[in-house]
Amino acid sequence: MLRQGLLGIAVTIWTLQLPTHADNANSQPRSGYSFLSAETRRMQDDDFANPGMLWVEEGRKLWNQPDAPGGKSCQSCHANPEQSMRGTTTHFPRYSAAAGRVINLEQQINRCRVENMKSSPLAYETETLLALTNFISHQAKGMTIDVAVDGPAAPSFERGKESFYMRRGQLNLSCANCHEQHVGGRLHGEPISQGQINGFPIYRQLWQTSGSTHRMFAWCNEAVRAEPYPAGSQEYVDLELFERWRGRGLSVETPAVRR
Amino acid sequence: MNRRDALTAIGSGATLILLPLMSFAGDQDVTDAIKSVFGGKPMRNGRVTLELPKLAETGNSVPLTLSVKSPMSAHDRVLRACIFASRNPRPLIATMTFGPHAGSASFNTNIRLSGTQDVIGIAEMSDHSLWRTQVRVFVTVGACDALQTRY
Amino acid sequence: MANSRIKVPESARVGEAVEIRAMVMHPMENGYNVDTQGTTIPVHIITDFVCRYDGAEVIRVKLEPGLSANPFFSFYLKATKTGAVDFEWVDQDGTVTTAGATLRVG
Repeated sequence: MLRQGLLGIAVTIWTLQLPTHADNANSQPRSGYSFLSAETRRMQDDDFANPGMLWVEEGRKLWNQPDAPGGKSCQSCHANPEQSMRGTTTHFPRYSAAAGRVINLEQQINRCRVENMKSSPLAYETETLLALTNFISHQAKGMTIDVAVDGPAAPSFERGKESFYMRRGQLNLSCANCHEQHVGGRLHGEPISQGQINGFPIYRQLWQTSGSTHRMFAWCNEAVRAEPYPAGSQEYVDLELFERWRGRGLSVETPAVRR
Repeated sequence: MNRRDALTAIGSGATLILLPLMSFAGDQDVTDAIKSVFGGKPMRNGRVTLELPKLAETGNSVPLTLSVKSPMSAHDRVLRACIFASRNPRPLIATMTFGPHAGSASFNTNIRLSGTQDVIGIAEMSDHSLWRTQVRVFVTVGACDALQTRY
Repeated sequence: MANSRIKVPESARVGEAVEIRAMVMHPMENGYNVDTQGTTIPVHIITDFVCRYDGAEVIRVKLEPGLSANPFFSFYLKATKTGAVDFEWVDQDGTVTTAGATLRVG
């Protein structure tokens, strides 16, 4: 009788842990690529027709260009980007001891520009910063995303996770409400993806240009009628770190093409 | 005519009206746009092929390939081709003029569509005959009403 | 000059129709977008594109706002002899962007 009782309790506990629909949707990270139509996938896979490659090529030119007033270029310190930048983006965002916090790729580029090149920082969504982030991230195309979320990065990661699951805005929706609970569903006729960021910076058809994760987060916030955080805010960098962890195992697709 | 015949006549008339897409002001615009490019010249269906997805992922960028059956020789070639969108606010999308070194009368690009509509391709041959084709594309996210948000 | 990319094959046989591809970075503002202040952004597009080869035109395109941003074109050129393939985009404000490559034929 006792054994049956214990068996009953064990079965109950095991049943409660059976994957729910939400868990199934997220047990395997899926890139936004898998939610695209055949035509858009073809556009992303075509190294010429992919509009994001315009920014990658521009980044290649900027890499070698000396910048006033320091007179240095990225190439001055980092030499051949195919080697020095290979895999770099897979570890971003990361904790920077020099900065004393978790920083993303844009912030790392600007720190290099200000401190090492004696030049000025670049603003988000400018052609120049997008060209550099596209170019550098593209060097890791096909490589697996692998961010560190322990040690000094842990507080940032926890904040990012909390942010992902927190409802916000007049529509009172969290990222998870759509990107975990309704993956594969449709919103205004468009498929809902997991909202992974392995392809960023992306060429977004809606924007008709390349855009960063911070632009994407701001767009999503505004879509639920929440006031977005500023580009470069720690809130968005924390969310980036959580998102990269959430998509760990996916490969870098920069420049991805999305709707 | 008795009541049954009258009702049948009205019913079949109504069906005939409802069969094509309901007429919008935009449909007249495209007729005017075509007329302003080609005059009132008669056109025949055929020789032009338009390849477009049946359902566009987004109206902001719809891949399109226009090709015209023609030997593209010095005496028998395509002079120019136009792409029209029947319900875009500006129906004319692009005009292609094929030069002496064109390898074929074929052209691929990405267009914007404001919503579900017909895309029309018209080609003018060296003998000044006009040929056309028309393809329906379903669009959920239109190109002309996007970006009302700040980001 | 705007940022542009072209794709011309390295070589071709005489009489062969080869695929040429060209793309230019340009927002092709269609006149329906609004800026952060709510003001409509006026139409700003590339108006003309031309590809020339062996002294004559391969194709000329008159662009309208109904084309997607960063306009991409793919078309065919009939290879006759080794020569330069030149590309030119003209912005509505008069800015001209050019690019070129050599096609070896024979």
